Amino acid sequence: MEPNKDQILELKSVHYAYHNMDGETTALTDISFAMKEGEFVAIVGPSGCGKSTLLSIIAGLLEPEKGLIKINGKYLRESTTNIGYMLQHDQLFEWRTIYHNVILGLEVQHMLTTKTKAKAHELLDTYGLKQFENARPSELSGGMRQRAALVRTLVLEPDILLLDEPFSALDYQTRLRVGDDIGQIIRNEHKTAILVTHDLSEAISLADRVIILTSRPATIQQTLPLIFDLKKDTPLNRRNAPEFKNYFNLIWKELNENE
Amino acid sequence: MNELSVEQKKFLHIQKRHRRVVGVSRVLILLSFLFIWEFTANTGIIDSFIFSSPSKIALCFWEMTLDGTIFLHIGVTLYETVVSFFLVIAVSILAAVALWFSSKLSEILDPYMVVLNSLPKSALAPLLIVWLGANQTTIIVAGMSVAIFGSILSLYSSFSSVDPEKIKLIYTLRGNRFHALTKVVLPSSLPAIINIMKVNIGLCLVGVVIGEFLAARSGLGYLIIYSSQVFKMDWLLLGIVLLCLMAMVLYALISLLEKWCVKHY
Repeated sequence: MEPNKDQILELKSVHYAYHNMDGETTALTDISFAMKEGEFVAIVGPSGCGKSTLLSIIAGLLEPEKGLIKINGKYLRESTTNIGYMLQHDQLFEWRTIYHNVILGLEVQHMLTTKTKAKAHELLDTYGLKQFENARPSELSGGMRQRAALVRTLVLEPDILLLDEPFSALDYQTRLRVGDDIGQIIRNEHKTAILVTHDLSEAISLADRVIILTSRPATIQQTLPLIFDLKKDTPLNRRNAPEFKNYFNLIWKELNENE
Repeated sequence: MNELSVEQKKFLHIQKRHRRVVGVSRVLILLSFLFIWEFTANTGIIDSFIFSSPSKIALCFWEMTLDGTIFLHIGVTLYETVVSFFLVIAVSILAAVALWFSSKLSEILDPYMVVLNSLPKSALAPLLIVWLGANQTTIIVAGMSVAIFGSILSLYSSFSSVDPEKIKLIYTLRGNRFHALTKVVLPSSLPAIINIMKVNIGLCLVGVVIGEFLAARSGLGYLIIYSSQVFKMDWLLLGIVLLCLMAMVLYALISLLEKWCVKHY
């Protein structure tokens, strides 16, 4: 692979195993891929194959045992690029108001200034949460909570967004709506994003490219670029496009091949 | 507002009657207890020299109020209890934080904590007198000794039962372990802290009274032990009644604090 200027993220032969007294479990082996700025990649794979582990490694929460990760050409540890991480559950704190939940990251990074506070208010306004700024998380619906969690991530102005099945805790109807909604927000903000999911239709409706992982120990089985011939490329339009079904069947077959 | 339906009115009526029955019964039990006590003592059915009587206790309270000695005893016990209570809360929060920061430390100390917690603390009081002398420090330490180990253990277990995903969130926001403590662990353990306060105020009072039995010249515990030695049963029972009231008032204060926290936090 040639070093590429507009590669924002690069993984080379990443390997990771969990250790306990009963022995070791290899979670990931030989994972290599690269991403361009503004690209939206979805990672799918059988449950428990190590998808979340991969995100934790990219976020720097776990250290890979072998291999290297470069962000904007720098090693992960030396990188100053901001990485945003959205967890499976919104994890909004009930003892804080929505606004104070949103500025949690700013607080932790000692970045609370008039400017960043204004930015937080602005984002809350943009995403329809202005009237809930002083509400407690329990007063919001699941979809709104997930939006608040996204704003909490976006206010730190991340260059790369990691989404760890962020919609899986929602009921099906809300999930479709919030998934489309948040996918649109990420595109509007021109963020580079990695979405981990086990929902194939979610992956196809949101991503530019799907990476299919094998079961544990996970390695990349196939990378599939998604090309839709649409005037207006929105998740909803994609779901209705003829290509959608083809991609779905293709990925479905790939996933079942290695069962 | 909607007009209440007949069924709702009936339901509310039953609820109201239920609450009234409970309240009246409570008062009735107390009044009849006092009445039977007073009556049997006056008619000689029970020996009022041993059992005293409500009127004698009230009279005794009045006399001690006049010469001011009762305020000294109440004040001393209250002061010792409150000081040992706040020390227990402060020390146990600090200790639980230290244990939370180092899981190795907590694993090493675990058996010691369990043993110290199950030890009958009254056994320590004579030791404390020898070490610290028969003074107020001993009594405050005795008060602390009853509550401290249990409250460290329960605080630590509340700290370590915090949802790990919430702590992971702090790390994804590039926070460190200190942020995890101040932004997640402490705020989410507030109910647990209030709970140990509720338990500890009573325990501290127990420890202080034990200490006063052995090493005091004033305080309700001293009043009780002294009056049993000189066979002044009025004093003794007055001491117990005042301890009851003190425990009630202190507990009520913490319940108020809890209500305030729920409202503002």
